[in-house]
Amino acid sequence: MKQVIYAMSTLLALTAGQYGLAADTAPAATQGYIHGDFGPPRGEPIHAVLTTPPMVPAPTQRNYPAKVIVELEVIEKELPISEGVTYTFWTFGGTVPGKFIRVRQGDTVEFHLKNNPNNKMPHNIDLHGVTGPGGGAASSFTAPGHESRFTFKALNQGIYVYHCATSPVGMHVANGMYGLILIEPPEGLSPVDHEYYVMQGDFYTTGKYREKGLQPFDMEKAIDEKPTYVLFNGAEGSLTGDKALTAKTNETVRIFIGNGGPNLVSSFHVIGEIFDHVQQEGGTKVQENVQTTLIPSGGAAIVEFHTEVPGSYVMVDHSIFRAFNKGALAILKVDGPEDKSIYSGKEVDAVYLGDRAGSNLAAVTQATKAATAGKLTKEEQIKAGQQLFVGTCSVCHQANGAGLPGVFPPLAKSSVIAADPKRPIDIVLHGLSGKVTVNGQEYNSVMPPMTQLNDDEVANILTFVLNSWDNPGGRVEADEVAKARAQPAANPAAGH
Amino acid sequence: MMFRISLLLLTVGVANAADYVNLPGGRFASVLPADATGADVDVAPFAMRSEPVTNAEFLAFVQSHPQWQRGRVASVFAEPRYLMHWQSAQKLGSDVLPDQPVTQVSWFAAQAFCESEGARLPLWNEWEFAAAADATRADARNDPLWREQILAWYAQPAGKTLATVGGPANFYGMRDLHGLVWEWVDDFNALLVASDSRDQNDPDRLKFCGAGALNLRDRDNYAVLMRVAMLSSLKAADTTNSTGFRCARAATPSSQGQLP
Repeated sequence: MKQVIYAMSTLLALTAGQYGLAADTAPAATQGYIHGDFGPPRGEPIHAVLTTPPMVPAPTQRNYPAKVIVELEVIEKELPISEGVTYTFWTFGGTVPGKFIRVRQGDTVEFHLKNNPNNKMPHNIDLHGVTGPGGGAASSFTAPGHESRFTFKALNQGIYVYHCATSPVGMHVANGMYGLILIEPPEGLSPVDHEYYVMQGDFYTTGKYREKGLQPFDMEKAIDEKPTYVLFNGAEGSLTGDKALTAKTNETVRIFIGNGGPNLVSSFHVIGEIFDHVQQEGGTKVQENVQTTLIPSGGAAIVEFHTEVPGSYVMVDHSIFRAFNKGALAILKVDGPEDKSIYSGKEVDAVYLGDRAGSNLAAVTQATKAATAGKLTKEEQIKAGQQLFVGTCSVCHQANGAGLPGVFPPLAKSSVIAADPKRPIDIVLHGLSGKVTVNGQEYNSVMPPMTQLNDDEVANILTFVLNSWDNPGGRVEADEVAKARAQPAANPAAGH
Repeated sequence: MMFRISLLLLTVGVANAADYVNLPGGRFASVLPADATGADVDVAPFAMRSEPVTNAEFLAFVQSHPQWQRGRVASVFAEPRYLMHWQSAQKLGSDVLPDQPVTQVSWFAAQAFCESEGARLPLWNEWEFAAAADATRADARNDPLWREQILAWYAQPAGKTLATVGGPANFYGMRDLHGLVWEWVDDFNALLVASDSRDQNDPDRLKFCGAGALNLRDRDNYAVLMRVAMLSSLKAADTTNSTGFRCARAATPSSQGQLP
């Protein structure tokens, strides 16, 4: 490819300056061709504009190599990782992933790494887009309250991960120290309607999934590669609800999708979309018509697709338990007119996920606060339970509690609940399999135990169910759930 | 005799005369092995301050040694952020408590303080030896709980207000070795952990002075590794919000602090 560009530059050397290639490679003709080296920087130094995820800086729009100054600050700070859960992240620029850096192939990048004086740890940066030992790590080792500078020439185009490489490397990465740097090809990337920045990471907390409060890092889980959370952009809900990515129908969307790891490989998939173009592993070759693309830990890809049908598109790590039980879920919301010729009808999964993403779980936060303070009211429980019901229970029992006849039993005006309003506690905690008769109809299927729900959540959901759809009313308290959790499962056939 | 008297006078001159505790030393498995074969190190008996040096103690020191006051100290000995959290050169101010460990001090300043009370900074191996203990055992480093407690401190942002000295005593009667501040050691410059810690067995390593010390042998002991990494990121004039120190000196025959 480089040879082709070089040949073109010779041919085009006399043509208009709008051909970036010609302007770039002209000096190389006298110096001998160097891979991606278009000569010394020209013009005034440029201060790179860095963006916080999910935004991407505007294209460089340049046709010459420049000196680009990048300033990035390391900040250690406590941030939400899930609803009511916080974690002490170590960040490049205050967010996970860190700020997005965009330069052009051939640019000379003067990199300033600042370590905030309030930080406790030394840090450095290894940019996979750097050619040189350590990718800049050894030159950027920086104590708190100090700044390091090093300079590199961006020889290779592509999308590259950067991360901290200070000992212990795994812990620095697990705490969120990674991001992406885009090195544009000389001619730039093709214009699209939207560019977004999404990065997956796995997180290890001593408490279990969604256990409330400040959660410390768990080294044993990290070494065993058993994450508590697998997340897009550093927090559950960072790309759902009000924060979902947006597009309109008949637009082209480009996502720079990276994976910081530290451990897991991502099977990146957008439910209901097919990637028209994928630059797998961030390389230059384009693969077309891809359903799921693999993002290695410490790797990235560029995916592009065209939007035709309005709706909510769910991005997942298709190692699918990570999506529904560890948080690896984001939404792209596409607005515009329906095109029934392309898609007509209703996809159950999409509706369930859309609803889930649409709520901000504010009532859950409220109930958690009230429960901590010992002032939780039944009304707060019902509200919180309603939000948790959507997405957790509604996928089978349906949003209106009617279930699906013959498949999923109804919760509305349920004979089982009427017979024993406390029985659902045991069913939620331990699951239910085998025959059960509800409202005169026999069901024979399996409900798995909902062990991912904590005591508060189970109590709130069931209080909501008891007070909905002509059920008998009443209240389930977290203490009752805790007791039931400690008991073995009741005989599933009992009472029938 | 004269020697003893002068030292005693010195000690009396310092406010809150420090409490030095004897430690036995001995053969010790350091995370930084003594040589390329990973041998244990020999730690001679020594005495160490049971607590980190406090703001009040350091204030008394700069009052009696004005050349170490903020604004007067030579810039090669301390960077501009030296003691910047104090209200002024000779006043702590309302945000800085007398019993908090002093931080934002350079290695040079810490060394000078210790010299002023007839002591020195501890060697890394001495510090590590003392810090390997928990409340009941001389060496608790293989206990996952010991590590977790240390890691929990790392998970707290440094922006929070520092606690005062006087945490629970460990096996040797030492306090606050973990969970409060990083601490300068005399030979911090010899902790040549590569700034890019991943280049193990680099063919170039023998080209560098001290490169044999690169091999941290206890690689899963992240808790200690972090401290070595922190110290190796610093230069002697540097200061940080969470780096303080304590002093050490030769062991005394009895724990009463009597000199021979």
